[in-house]
Amino acid sequence: MRIRHPKDFLTGVMFVGFGAAAMALSSGLTIGSAAKMGPGYFPLVLGGFLVVLGAVVLLKGVTGTRESTGWPILQLKPVAIILVSVVLFSQILKPLGLLLSTAALVVLASRASHEFRWKEALLNAAALTVIVLVVFVYFLDFQLPVWPSFIAS
Amino acid sequence: MELLSNLALGFQTAVTPMNLFYCLVGALIGTLIGVLPGIGPVQTIAILLPTTFALPPVSALIMLAGIYYGAQYGGSTTSILVNVPGEASSVVTCLDGHQMARQGRAGAALTVSALGSFAAGSFATLVLAVLAVPLSELAFQFGPAEYSALMVFGLIGSVVLASGSMIKAVGMIVIGLLLGMVGTDVTSGAHRFTFGITELADGIGFVSLAMGLFGICDIINSLEKREKRDILKSKLTGLWLKKEDLRAAAPAVLRGTLCGSLLGILPGGGAIISSFSAYMIEKKISRNPESFGQGNIRGVAAPESANNAAAQTSFVPLLTLGIPPNVILAMMAGAMMIHGIQPGPRVITSNPALFWGVIVSMWLGNVILVLLNLPLVGIWVRLLSVPYRLLYPAILLFCCIGLYSVNNNTFDIGLTALCGLLGYVFHKLECEPAPLILGFVLGPMLEENLRRAMLLSRGDPSVFFTRPLSLAFLVLAAGMLIAVALPGIRRGREKAFKED
Repeated sequence: MRIRHPKDFLTGVMFVGFGAAAMALSSGLTIGSAAKMGPGYFPLVLGGFLVVLGAVVLLKGVTGTRESTGWPILQLKPVAIILVSVVLFSQILKPLGLLLSTAALVVLASRASHEFRWKEALLNAAALTVIVLVVFVYFLDFQLPVWPSFIAS
Repeated sequence: MELLSNLALGFQTAVTPMNLFYCLVGALIGTLIGVLPGIGPVQTIAILLPTTFALPPVSALIMLAGIYYGAQYGGSTTSILVNVPGEASSVVTCLDGHQMARQGRAGAALTVSALGSFAAGSFATLVLAVLAVPLSELAFQFGPAEYSALMVFGLIGSVVLASGSMIKAVGMIVIGLLLGMVGTDVTSGAHRFTFGITELADGIGFVSLAMGLFGICDIINSLEKREKRDILKSKLTGLWLKKEDLRAAAPAVLRGTLCGSLLGILPGGGAIISSFSAYMIEKKISRNPESFGQGNIRGVAAPESANNAAAQTSFVPLLTLGIPPNVILAMMAGAMMIHGIQPGPRVITSNPALFWGVIVSMWLGNVILVLLNLPLVGIWVRLLSVPYRLLYPAILLFCCIGLYSVNNNTFDIGLTALCGLLGYVFHKLECEPAPLILGFVLGPMLEENLRRAMLLSRGDPSVFFTRPLSLAFLVLAAGMLIAVALPGIRRGREKAFKED
């Protein structure tokens, strides 16, 4: 069997999964009655509704007549590098401080572009480190760990 | 004459050096991001939300509002000069605006869009000021049943007027509602969907969700597209309008203003749909429709007035009823809540200085924009030559620092990365994230009112159908759904979103 509209099909799968998870998680909470709804009541109903919606989208994706745009095309490099650089920043901000984390984030994130050049990325990182220091630390007075924790303490 | 005294109070609040400064900053930043394609007002507000925490609420809202309407101005500048719409709401301005620039009338196009926007903004501010008091008084008569119905109406409306698949948009709303449930349940105190993570007890941070779905996700998408921007330098000559230009543009400005003011108030309305509608109206009533797309000044005047008018009037439902009509206003609602102000009818009575101050600042902001924009056009165009590969790491960095400062913890940054991944998946599946944000903002309010209504009626759902206002909202919502499902209208709707 051929799936007519893969993106709709996958959307349906996602909706059903999301709805089912919401139902499963809220069934562990107090449901209550319509007059006295517990914390689980509304999410359970919403989850059920989402499962139904998802099933409809899924079936339409399999059988429907909507013009298909094919399976989604993923490019792993940009998404992986951007997300990893953000997570990395969150992990090293406290131990290594703002300046080093900024440089790391900018250089790593720059690599996601197909126009990446080492020299340019390093210059950009240096410039942004200064800007961040001036704007956020001195001007806006954000409470940020500027230096690595082993130097600051 | 209550209106006058209210406006006087507004001027007192808005015309302090500090608030004028933030109005200016907001308008400037808004224009800046309006000029840069790829970053819209939603992303910018998401990114800049944390920097407003230190400000008093009035200044913060003045600045954020300035970003919103400043972006409408900036978007038109690049549409006209470079044929790159900086904002989605300026897409139609490209059609005639850029043609005018090619014919050497760039100055006239810029002037008409600035003056049209100013006229529209002034009118819409007045609409907001006039409608605010009666609407918020009406809202005071709402019980929980009416509020629930109104929110359903608002959510459905946002789906009907949005582009793309309806059923998917409804699904996205439901996901938004569910994400809004994460955290401690206000009524029972039970933790819902927190997976034992203490940071999630207060719910998913609005900033994290918005920044992930819009800020970070958009960076990833732009990188995938590998866009190359060509800078086409057109010479700017003669900012003054000729008499015949003025005569042609004035009625178009008026029609665009009315169209935008009306569409801005409706749920799901806003700047984008207004500019498209205004353009189509102009084309339809024109005696020679084929001149559109060839540099007709009315094709610039009408949509530019409309999007600015709508940007302003879409504050009406937020400030009077507490219902954000579109995603940018949902961001504003989030910003207000972060500053401890619950959007809704109470703002006007409990916080009149803030309410009228923000309204007056919108008008002042429009004045600032007219005075600033035309002389600064050259600088804005030069900004376009900043390559994206240098720009996006900076945006990403500001996102991360802003996120950290929300709660001074790094958990929010990680959560945002997760939301960014989610946004990426949505984008790949062609699911619009805007309804999700609306659902997320309205979710807790909807649940609370629903529970209260059902509690008062002892579990009898007929309460939603026996109270006239509530019934009216639900009938309207159902009517919209049915109307859109009808084949004839559906085709028209698809065409409306595809055209141009």
